[in-house]
Amino acid sequence: MTDQTLAPVQTGTIENAIEFLKARYPDSVKDDTRSGYSGVVVSKSQLVDVARTLRDELGFDYLSSATAVDYLGVSDHMEMVYHAYRTSGGPPLVFKAQTERSNAEVPSLIDVWPGVDFQEREAWDLFGIRFAGHPNLKRILMWDGFEGHPMRKDWREAYYEEDQKPFESRWPRGYIRRAEELNVYGRNVRYPDDLDLGALKDDSAEESLYSGMGLGVDVSAYETEGIKTDKLVVNLGPHHPSTHGVFRMVVTLDGETVLSLEPVMGYLHRNHEKIGERNAWLHNMPFTDRLDYISSMSNNLGYALAVEDLLASGARYAPPSYRAEAIRVLMVELTRIVNHFWAIGFLLNDLGAFFTPALYAIAEREKILDFFEATAGSRMMCNYMRFQGVAKDLPERIRSTANLLNDRVRDFNTMDYLTEMITERLPRAIDDLDRYLTDSEIVKSRTIGVGYLPPEMAIAYSTAGPLLRASGIPYDVRRAEPYSIYPDLDFDVAVRYNGDIYDRYLIRLDEMRESVRILKQVLPRLEKSQGESIFSGNKAIYMPRVPVGEAYGRVENPKGELGYYVVSEGDPKGPQNPWRYHVRAPSFINLTALGAMCKGHKVADVVAILGSIDIVLGETDR
Amino acid sequence: MSEFQLRELHDTEFPVPAEFQDNIAITSLSRIYNWSRRSSMWPMLFGLACCAIEMIATAASRYDTARFGMEVMRASPRQADLMIVSGTVTKKMIVPIVRLYNQMPEPKYVLAMGACASGGGPFKEGYNVVSGIDQFLPVDVYVPGCPPTPQALINGLIALQKKIDGQSLANLDDVPWYGVGPSDPVPIPVLAADIIDPRQMELIRQQAERTAAGVGAARALPQAALDRVQIERARAAAAKGGTTAIAAKSSAPSEPVDEAIAAARLARRMEALARKRAKDAQQ
Repeated sequence: MTDQTLAPVQTGTIENAIEFLKARYPDSVKDDTRSGYSGVVVSKSQLVDVARTLRDELGFDYLSSATAVDYLGVSDHMEMVYHAYRTSGGPPLVFKAQTERSNAEVPSLIDVWPGVDFQEREAWDLFGIRFAGHPNLKRILMWDGFEGHPMRKDWREAYYEEDQKPFESRWPRGYIRRAEELNVYGRNVRYPDDLDLGALKDDSAEESLYSGMGLGVDVSAYETEGIKTDKLVVNLGPHHPSTHGVFRMVVTLDGETVLSLEPVMGYLHRNHEKIGERNAWLHNMPFTDRLDYISSMSNNLGYALAVEDLLASGARYAPPSYRAEAIRVLMVELTRIVNHFWAIGFLLNDLGAFFTPALYAIAEREKILDFFEATAGSRMMCNYMRFQGVAKDLPERIRSTANLLNDRVRDFNTMDYLTEMITERLPRAIDDLDRYLTDSEIVKSRTIGVGYLPPEMAIAYSTAGPLLRASGIPYDVRRAEPYSIYPDLDFDVAVRYNGDIYDRYLIRLDEMRESVRILKQVLPRLEKSQGESIFSGNKAIYMPRVPVGEAYGRVENPKGELGYYVVSEGDPKGPQNPWRYHVRAPSFINLTALGAMCKGHKVADVVAILGSIDIVLGETDR
Repeated sequence: MSEFQLRELHDTEFPVPAEFQDNIAITSLSRIYNWSRRSSMWPMLFGLACCAIEMIATAASRYDTARFGMEVMRASPRQADLMIVSGTVTKKMIVPIVRLYNQMPEPKYVLAMGACASGGGPFKEGYNVVSGIDQFLPVDVYVPGCPPTPQALINGLIALQKKIDGQSLANLDDVPWYGVGPSDPVPIPVLAADIIDPRQMELIRQQAERTAAGVGAARALPQAALDRVQIERARAAAAKGGTTAIAAKSSAPSEPVDEAIAAARLARRMEALARKRAKDAQQ
């Protein structure tokens, strides 16, 4: 940050900050006066200046989320919504920039917060908003040449039936028809009227990728330090055993050394947000499971928190009961342990220790999944949280059919099972990993000093979770903006300072130990609250009437800060669907820093660096 | 080789003396060929989405596909016998998937794991989602679930083994690779304004011409589905006339609509009956 001013950073409440901004930019900064909305609306012309003031003078150094909303039919404009936080903690300052729908354009904030890079590209791809000043503005999730910007409200997919569920055809009469029947091609495709079949080429999408990189695919020789080497473009992925899914990196190599790295994604873009805006509020809960599919329970919690935030402005809202919150924390922390076991196991895979460490690391995971299956009904896709509560109470006994031993179903008392797991099995498994790996000469020599991410860069790139904390920034949403019963619990925010792969491995061990510490405090709370309601009040509210407004709910997911930006709009008496449902995915935004982290390292280290970020593609591509 | 497996291989009318049955097996070529293939079915190390996690769990120590000779996951398609399509197939990803499939040597098999790979699953309506891998590749086994549990996947793998047991070298039409020469590669889809399957090119061209000329669809849509849409539209129009959307929805005046359905259905049945009678009379 060379352009940082030396003026003292202001602290104080959000209101103070907004007053400061309004005094500084009286013409450009206005309060967002719409009912249910907060923050300020900034005029496009001074957006960059306002952002710079926010970062340098008001201390909002961390831009968490930047996303677009299409208000077609409401006020007929597009809007970019930014959530900026202080890394010292506290609530966000929400600011928005509005633009007309045709020729939508907003200045890019990439010079202020480089972390908006992918998020602005996503907004261009899905909403068609241009960002003036963005150096690499091209599609990110869809391929180049795709027709239209699919998240616009007037863009309709091939299987379009109605704007909102439940569809007239399915409810209440239940006429079922296959979507293929009414499509001329019998497929999920739709072509524009002016499709030019003569101009089709097999690899037009690929070509634009390479030309956009300014590389070309030809191999050209050039000199470095007297040795003649070839500059070579290598594709890693989308089918590659070490990319943790269908992720692709286009790497330019000089010999074995990485000159530049371009992440290419969208191979698992399955349109969560478009489908989510057709769904009713509760419909989205099972879809959140499939974002970060290793930690479905914490995805559920984030979405529940966002919608509860909206519900809280309504008349008949009561927060979840204490037992519901305790169960939520139990599930979420178990999920964190599952995720970190998985991450460490597969990081070792990436280092070349093929599968044996991973097998050890995920052995305990099966025990936790048995508990999830007994409680929620499914091993992975739990769909367990509800607005203002959870779906079911903990079962009295765990009788998991996955637990067959000599054809007998094993049968445990739930609390005994949990107690044994939390006080004995999990600490033992964590210690085992620690003992086998931490002092291993090979692990150390492959990871120490590799993939260094300096703290100021970690903040600027909006990285979150273990990646941010391993670079020395003690930022954890559970402490920075506490939710659920975390204020009652005694735990430390794990932090490491070297910012390399080794520290990212160590911090996951630390976090697992902190999670066990939390779980040990949750157990007596569960015992004490036995028999209490698992909802607010006596009755579950499944399909709530959600008041008009916006909300941003965020949780500290195992992979980083998971945020949901939801907007409720329209007739409060009619069918209720989210107007906007955006997922701020930590895996997606953490990847912004990948290119910088890999530069100058060997190609074998790229795989390890990617493994240390710990991404999951369901969330990256959504 | 264990005694049990050797006895399992006996497949002939020639009697083998009882004392030699643990040492000698007389069998058919098909039998031993199928037996050795299905006992060393190497899957491709290839995960798409959530199901891949369950696939890894299946291969890990608790469920352990090594019991079936399937633990050797090959990262290269050239060494793989089985493609487990584990997750949502997107339009962007189908291009590499078809390439990978074409690179696998025959005999090769495809297992569609989970709802998405079988038919699009919860994401079917998504604009970037292919409604099932079977629109592009021939699928041998479908495993339902979202995601299927490891038990379900193992069940699917056993089903595949049974399928292989039933194939025969004697019948050249049974599977393409027992015929003469290799089978044709699957044409690789093209990413344009939307994904284009080269096998549908003719239909797309016809449709483009008809659109330009301002006439209807190139392919006849099923009458039943069109009927239903018309009825739905009529009901929706009737509902709009009501006081509020919600109230009208639950008490839509549906009698004339129901009559229309019944009449259409009856007419179609009578037609079908007439066709059947004519056919019977010919015979």
